[in-house]
Amino acid sequence: MDIPLPDIVSALGTIMSTNKENRNDHIEDIQHHVKVYMNVFIALAFLTILTVAVSYLEVSFIEAFFIAITVATIKGSLVLSYFMHLITERQTIIWILVITFIAFLILLFIPLISLTDQVNTW
Amino acid sequence: MSNIPYILEERPDTGLNNSKLGIWIFIASEIMLFGGLFSAYVFLRIAAPEGDFAYWGSKLNIPMATFNTLVLITSSVTMVMSWASLKMQQFDKYKMYLGITILCGLAFLVVKYFEYTGKFHHGIYPSSSTFMGIYFTMTGLHVLHIIGGLLVLGFFWTSQADKMWEEDQDLLANRIEITGLYWHFVDLVWIFLFPILYLL
Amino acid sequence: MSSNQHHHEENFIQKYVFSVDHKTIGLQYGVTSLFFLLFGFILMMIMRYQLAYPEQVIPYVGNWLFSGSGGVMLPENYNTLGAMHGTIMIFLGVVPLAVGAFGNYLVPLQIGAPDMAFPKLNAASYWSYFIGGVIMMASFFTPEGAARSGWTSYPPLSIFESGQTMWLIGMVFLITSSLLGSMNIIVTIVQLRAPGLTWFRLPYFVWAQLVTSFLLILAFPPLESAAILQLMDRVAGTSFFLPSGLVYAGSVVEAYGSGSPLLWQHLFWFLAHPEVYVLILPAIGIVGEIIANNTRKPLWGYRSLVYAISFLGFMSFIVWAHHMFLTGMGQSMSAFFQLTTMIISIPSVVVLTAFFISLWGGSIRFNTPMLFALSFLPMFGIGGLTGLPLGVAASDIFLHDTYYVIGHFHYVVAPGTLFALFAGIYYWFPKITGKRMSEPLGKLHFWPSLIFMNGIFMPMFIQGLAGLSRRMYDGGQTYAHASDILQWNEFMTISAFCLGAAQIPFVVNLIISLSGKATGERNPWKSTTIEWTAPSPPLPHVNFDSEIQVNHGPYEYSVPGADEDYCPQSSP
Repeated sequence: MDIPLPDIVSALGTIMSTNKENRNDHIEDIQHHVKVYMNVFIALAFLTILTVAVSYLEVSFIEAFFIAITVATIKGSLVLSYFMHLITERQTIIWILVITFIAFLILLFIPLISLTDQVNTW
Repeated sequence: MSNIPYILEERPDTGLNNSKLGIWIFIASEIMLFGGLFSAYVFLRIAAPEGDFAYWGSKLNIPMATFNTLVLITSSVTMVMSWASLKMQQFDKYKMYLGITILCGLAFLVVKYFEYTGKFHHGIYPSSSTFMGIYFTMTGLHVLHIIGGLLVLGFFWTSQADKMWEEDQDLLANRIEITGLYWHFVDLVWIFLFPILYLL
Repeated sequence: MSSNQHHHEENFIQKYVFSVDHKTIGLQYGVTSLFFLLFGFILMMIMRYQLAYPEQVIPYVGNWLFSGSGGVMLPENYNTLGAMHGTIMIFLGVVPLAVGAFGNYLVPLQIGAPDMAFPKLNAASYWSYFIGGVIMMASFFTPEGAARSGWTSYPPLSIFESGQTMWLIGMVFLITSSLLGSMNIIVTIVQLRAPGLTWFRLPYFVWAQLVTSFLLILAFPPLESAAILQLMDRVAGTSFFLPSGLVYAGSVVEAYGSGSPLLWQHLFWFLAHPEVYVLILPAIGIVGEIIANNTRKPLWGYRSLVYAISFLGFMSFIVWAHHMFLTGMGQSMSAFFQLTTMIISIPSVVVLTAFFISLWGGSIRFNTPMLFALSFLPMFGIGGLTGLPLGVAASDIFLHDTYYVIGHFHYVVAPGTLFALFAGIYYWFPKITGKRMSEPLGKLHFWPSLIFMNGIFMPMFIQGLAGLSRRMYDGGQTYAHASDILQWNEFMTISAFCLGAAQIPFVVNLIISLSGKATGERNPWKSTTIEWTAPSPPLPHVNFDSEIQVNHGPYEYSVPGADEDYCPQSSP
């Protein structure tokens, strides 16, 4: 069963083999990884500056919110995929995170929706 | 005990070793912990008078927090580099990168110290408003996580790590990978905390 | 932590106090939780005396506990008893027994593992629980006294009432203990299953513990964050849960305001609803094991049973606001939560039905574990059915916060979970100790317990339907609408005291059996699951004295053509 990953994530790096048989192979893999890490670092730094710069623009709250969350999600995905190796991680871990994320969304949105649906106000 | 299987070796059907699964489950619980606070933030922002959060939010110091964000991102890259160095058998590089990671973490704490005391100096406390309350609570809990992480990182910088490197290299590399996952998660939380608290 | 085997003599502290062996830790959890169950029971008895004979001097303990009021219980004392009874029973009693004791002891054994995945973390989770328990108990002795805002700790009351700060700090330790423990159980089950033990060969008890641990891992942290927020409100003057313009005890509250008491309710019930499934799932697992064993048949519908509790676990995250129907909720939210609550009753029905059908055509042995397990079925049935009017907003508007609710949840937890846990103690006692418990004493424990449990809780439905509110220190004396059903209070109190007396044979049984001679019999119940192949008690740190290779399903009883009427999972 394939788990679809965000396009931007797979566009930024190639999927490395998880073959750890040969130590020498492994070291070359790691050296390739190092290049990826540096690229990710630059991307993160850039996105940080970007998100701060954009926050000075005169936009509505909803627009500012979506931009901030989108940039944060991109940054977060980079950290998760490359620094935390999720891009090559096993299905078990991915599924645990998917379930957690769903629980997180429930926790975030249901109280919110109930507040807007409220009959009386506090 | 040492007779427990799959401490380092990957179990064939799951492809995981025990600590890797364990730390990810722990991270899942931490996502829910901060999730509770994010949920509280959203709820409180809506419950507060119009513009209340924006007003109090504007009192935060964006340049200091941006600097802190870059510091944490740097510490994340040096953290993964310290693990990579171990995998490439370069123990000295491992120590160097780990040292930089710890310094970055300490720098974060120092900046936070100045941020907090700056607020107190101006008579702004957690009780000053619900925004300030949730700001201090969320960043405070994050600070506690940084401190916890630094304690573990510090342990792996001592001679205990040298001993582990001599006795069982794979074990040390595994432990650093697991610690790294925790540290990256702490960075991840800040990546979301920063825009939500400081920029919105 | 190197890979060579250590074989050293452990001193007393290493072997018994800070042991990392899951069996010792399981027993530590067991003994500690039984003590807390007893303490919680005593708190209840004091409350029940007051409810039966309001404004009377409480005998024996009254002058000592309520010296300021001449031995008579004050309303705030009643509130303390109520809040702490609930807290202690749930967080210090049932969950540590069901998950910490049974889970820790049995999961490694049932999957053929030498220990839990993280033995040191296991010890840490026990001691975190212990510290949390000490803090909760210590709160009784502070000048403020123990918490008295209900186990639900609703603000604004909980922000101003006494004793709440220590409750919150104690909860942080208890939650930490649970999180570490559940993480350990999940990794253990996923990673340490013996060769050949595939997912659908797992004993049902292990499946139940797996789902329970997932619930704990995802649901407890929001309560931890809520507890931090409430601590901030109490200690740092924040107003996360305090609305603007609040007046408390006659004066305007000096706080920023613009907080929301509803926020606490959402965060609290996000945990507390999955928590009730945490209370019931291990019990369901235990009952499954004992029914299969004592009918000499496989469990009927094993796969449906697994899918049912998995679906139940998932659904338990989206029903919580059925505890909040009276908070001014809008129609859409109310409809949503009613729907999910009705749906979540389905898996429980699947489980009960499968268990009932499992009995059909079985060679039923009516030993003590089986008696408790069988009684679980109708008792949990009553508890579950009485939950339905509470899950529908129209009837819940009338029944919320009445004795009907208390009757409902006690049926599920007391003659439900607790009976299953008793069944488990009688069932696994031979494995843990190498000795047998007395059957006659077991039956002397069972029958009166069953009768008096119903004596306490059945009248609560009558009282609730008559409109009697809960948490009233005088049991409803001052309300005209309660006058018809007040007479039940005395009946219920007498039942409660008799229930207490009915536990004496159990305690006596434990003492006599423990001091008896060990036969070391490995499999007295002739069970199929792996733990019965270990020595009794299992070997320290390694559990088994032979390699475990699993070749069979969990409940291969009465296999046609076999020599014996059971085929152990790990036999060739």
